[in-house]
Amino acid sequence: MAKILMKGNEAIGEGAVRAGCRYFFGYPITPQSELPHYLAKRLPEVGGLYLQAESEVASINMVFGAAGAGARVMTSSSGPGISLMQEGISYLAGAELPCVIVNMIRGGPGLGNIAPAQSDYFQATRGGGHGDYRVLVLAPASVQEIIDLMKDAFDLADKYRNPVMLIGDGVLGQMMEPVELDEEVKPVVLPEKSWAATGRMGRDKKNLINSLYIVPENCEAHNLELARKYGTMAEKEQRWEDYHTEGAELVLVAFGTAARVCKAVVDMFREEGRPVGLLRPITLWPFPAKRVAALAGTARHFLTVEMSMGQMVEDVRLAVNGRRPVYFYGRAGGMIPVARDVYREAGKILTGGADS
Amino acid sequence: MFEAILIAGFGGQGVLSTGQLLAQAGMEEGRHVAWIPSYGPEMRGGTANCGVTISSRPISSPVVSEPTVLIAMNRPSLEKFEHSVVQGGIIFVNSSLIDIRAGRKDVRVFYVPANELAEELGSGKVANNVILGALIELTGVVTPGAVEKSLREVLPPHHHKMIPLNLKALEVGAGLVRGDGPAAAGAG
Repeated sequence: MAKILMKGNEAIGEGAVRAGCRYFFGYPITPQSELPHYLAKRLPEVGGLYLQAESEVASINMVFGAAGAGARVMTSSSGPGISLMQEGISYLAGAELPCVIVNMIRGGPGLGNIAPAQSDYFQATRGGGHGDYRVLVLAPASVQEIIDLMKDAFDLADKYRNPVMLIGDGVLGQMMEPVELDEEVKPVVLPEKSWAATGRMGRDKKNLINSLYIVPENCEAHNLELARKYGTMAEKEQRWEDYHTEGAELVLVAFGTAARVCKAVVDMFREEGRPVGLLRPITLWPFPAKRVAALAGTARHFLTVEMSMGQMVEDVRLAVNGRRPVYFYGRAGGMIPVARDVYREAGKILTGGADS
Repeated sequence: MFEAILIAGFGGQGVLSTGQLLAQAGMEEGRHVAWIPSYGPEMRGGTANCGVTISSRPISSPVVSEPTVLIAMNRPSLEKFEHSVVQGGIIFVNSSLIDIRAGRKDVRVFYVPANELAEELGSGKVANNVILGALIELTGVVTPGAVEKSLREVLPPHHHKMIPLNLKALEVGAGLVRGDGPAAAGAG
């Protein structure tokens, strides 16, 4: 194991290569352009293919093609580009194709800016495109976790034959942190994909990659089958990190960069002996509702902290189900919450002076 | 132990790589470190800066909005970031390129003619390391040994022949604030 300094965007690329991904199709956009830059050099070294498409629409459809052929494939972008990809993501989900999509979120809506944000939470967790579908959404909070989760992202995509989205923000993409990396890239044994369209190979039946179900009865059956799959994912794949939640009177809920700030806030309170903890969702869909519901039995209040005007807070409220007040604090448009300000908000709640 | 260091100058002055060197040295010493560049829309030749946090505890936000140390390599950087330094913090002013004084009275300010000193050593390219040497001597945020080791990691092999010159620049900077160097830094 070597410990090296690595940029978040480059870590996504290296993590993908080590997960066996050999195809990248994308179109540049700040704040994730170091990722395609990195893979443009790295993928040919391992016999892979990097291709800059003419647009995000083209990129996601190239991903569709490669995924249909059974390849480990990915694309990446930021908010505006991910919006352009939504039709393709819906098709990927409909055709049950595994792939990894990275969104390094920037300030929005519209052209917004290139500063870090978390305001694409709804887009990521509610489907984003048309139709009744879900993508599994992973939210790392450090460069090391990016590397670790990239492997899981591809494995989960294959396991469920479903798109997996990894979301970060400008801070996670641009920052450098130490990461532990194996000195050599180990070969990855990919799962067999008997459904992939790779030629008939003597089978009786041809494999078809399709999301068209023209007969309503058939389309409903397809939707029921997808819903069963999403139900399994929701049951089995919820992930989170507990940080001093045991005995916490106030539980902060935050992911990604906002969770890093909240950890500092928890430390400030714990140094004063005050019972504040942090629940950090690692999967945003499925949202760790089980853990939030359990904490609603012990904590007295929740404070959701986001780099948006309040999106994940809705999932926290759904999971708490009215049993406890759920407060919100957010910064938007590319601003990052400051620990001192979150500390002040949390302090108000602890002393009974805040409105939920 | 916690230092949040903002290194600011214009594109091409090597502020990003100086920050990387510092972060690498912090990592070599087993500290928590984070490095983050400014990545706003900038024009060619415009300002560039990076924040480096070195801490004995995990780092919350890597964004350095309230630096404990500011290294201002050019005048716009001093004017832009002087106010953000924490009370009791340190400002290094590259007096080779900055012809004004810092206005803050509640921080320690060191005026270092970094470009001139670097030229005297043989290359203006090591100007940043003159200031880095002074910073390390004053704060002890990393050891000179860790920086020496990190130079080998951060510099591409074909530039390793520059390492002795870089080390000399660090030593000159350290000497300035110790007061035994060729020209003591003007503190104000």
